[in-house]
Amino acid sequence: MIEVQGISKRFGRVEAVRSVSFTARDGRITGLLGPNGAGKSTTLRVLYTVLRPDQGSARIGGHDVRKDALAVRRAMGALPHGAGLYPQLTARENIAYYGRLHGLTGAALNRRVDGIIDMLEIGEFAQRRTKGFSQGQRTRVALARALVHDPQHVLLDEPTNGLDVMATRALRQLILRLKSEGRCVLLSSHVMQEVAALCDEIVIVAHGQVAATGTPDELRQRFAESDLEEVFVRAITAVASRT
Amino acid sequence: MSRWWTVVRKELLDNARDHRTLASALLFGPLFGPIMFAVLISVVISQTVADVDSPLELPVIGAEHAPNLIAFLERNGVRVKDGPADLAEAREAVRSGREDVVLLIEPTYGERFVQGLPARVQLVQDQSAQRAARNVNRARSVLNAYSGQMRAMRLQARGVSPQLLQPIVIDDIDVSTATGRASLLLGMMTYFLLAAMLMGGLYLSIDATAGERERGSLEPLLTLPVSRSTLLLGKIAATCCYMLLSLAITLLAFSVALSFVSLEALGMSANFGPRVVVVGFALMAPFVLLGAALMTLVASFTKTYKEAQTYVGVLIVVPTLPILFAAFLSVKPTAALMTIPSLSQHLLMTALIRNEPIDVNFVAISVVSTLVIGALVTWLATLFYRREGLMG
Repeated sequence: MIEVQGISKRFGRVEAVRSVSFTARDGRITGLLGPNGAGKSTTLRVLYTVLRPDQGSARIGGHDVRKDALAVRRAMGALPHGAGLYPQLTARENIAYYGRLHGLTGAALNRRVDGIIDMLEIGEFAQRRTKGFSQGQRTRVALARALVHDPQHVLLDEPTNGLDVMATRALRQLILRLKSEGRCVLLSSHVMQEVAALCDEIVIVAHGQVAATGTPDELRQRFAESDLEEVFVRAITAVASRT
Repeated sequence: MSRWWTVVRKELLDNARDHRTLASALLFGPLFGPIMFAVLISVVISQTVADVDSPLELPVIGAEHAPNLIAFLERNGVRVKDGPADLAEAREAVRSGREDVVLLIEPTYGERFVQGLPARVQLVQDQSAQRAARNVNRARSVLNAYSGQMRAMRLQARGVSPQLLQPIVIDDIDVSTATGRASLLLGMMTYFLLAAMLMGGLYLSIDATAGERERGSLEPLLTLPVSRSTLLLGKIAATCCYMLLSLAITLLAFSVALSFVSLEALGMSANFGPRVVVVGFALMAPFVLLGAALMTLVASFTKTYKEAQTYVGVLIVVPTLPILFAAFLSVKPTAALMTIPSLSQHLLMTALIRNEPIDVNFVAISVVSTLVIGALVTWLATLFYRREGLMG
């Protein structure tokens, strides 16, 4: 479970995230939905301990991101936005490198790497250097890398960005599979349809604040709108008028 | 420890597969210096040594007008040969570099000489040609000697002491020996060693920091349960490995290249055998940590690969500055100077190549001081790597 309580983060004079709170439960897919620059990436960066929050706290699997960053990192796998691979290493080597840095060695490491390569259907190009991979292939390898230590929590920042229809479809099926395995999946997106199709719980973020949270149905009811897109627009404009 | 080693291994493998990195680290950097050095020394040797021993070949136009002068020239080690047809051709021959100098004796020479008037000869030369300067001077001094002899004879014939015309005597004492020149070259040798060493780690240090960020592989790396210090120390250690390899190759290349050059001709002992390679490696190696940490620190300040290349490229010059300073002021090794990295390596290395005794205390000071400063810069780099702005 991921619990976020009132985190704020500012860069100089820009307040990127203001007192954001939400909860992402195990066995569910939670989506951070918001326009570009809403603070989704900053929130995720605080959660995967690359940034420290100025205020508030967040816990992943019970570990505090401020006090026990290493435990948080062990408990989750992250796919940052535009995550790059090492072009001179093969797909398998890229994945194994992360496995080793997670403390896996020997036969256990090989088992995990082989398993994740099977699961993400990377086998075909696992022994090739990642230089010249398509965006879809790169995303799959980056995701495999993030999952190599079998984390309970999976954080994905705009995972479908730059993917074609087939790759997007494959990725969605994979995210649903992670959910069915009982993992806690938190992903960000600026595409409403994607979040609607995939997420059990939606956190609408705008101007660094949470505009609304709930299941798609709850949100429709609360805003008395049958169209989620309208919900999205109204939630965002409501925040904009408040600030 | 095991994670640190994982990072070291990955960086070594990653960069070993990049041909550009490999070529610059282990080929161009280490081989450029020794090859250039060998060529340079060969040229210096051929100039200094050959010129003194060989007789001066002097093309003369109008030799028939001055038989006595020609006889004098030949007595003084000048091999007179037939020159070009006329002044125009002589000019062309000198300008094109076919001849260093041509002597032209005017037809009126004999007549004026007999009358006691200044007899004229022309020395065709190109003063911008460094290579020819030596031969021009030799020709001029032989002519001056003849002129002086004639002057003395004429004065004596008239009962005047030739010494009257020489109020002062100037004796030139030239202390520039071949060894002096050689020591300047020796200074350059440590320069090449340092430069090749830094070049060896240059690409890796940039790739592991600015390159990692530019590729977007830094952010996911920082989400792993490994401290940033461990990551950075791994990267610095990998850089050190490349630098040590580069240093070893450079030393070996020097050893091989200099075995083809006869250094004895310059008064240098050709002392670049296996012992110098091994001891030299030990003397220079402590500098690796400092160099790697400096390059990594600077590269992690920058945002892109290109920017990093610019700054680190400038940085490579910095450790060579003390060597320049030492070359100009020709400092002697002292305990205080041994605390300065790069300068201490330079002084010890120079002493080693010159086959001079090396003070063990000096070596200890040099090694400890360089390692301590290297550790300090490494610590600074890890501090810097921990800040949030690293993400860019």
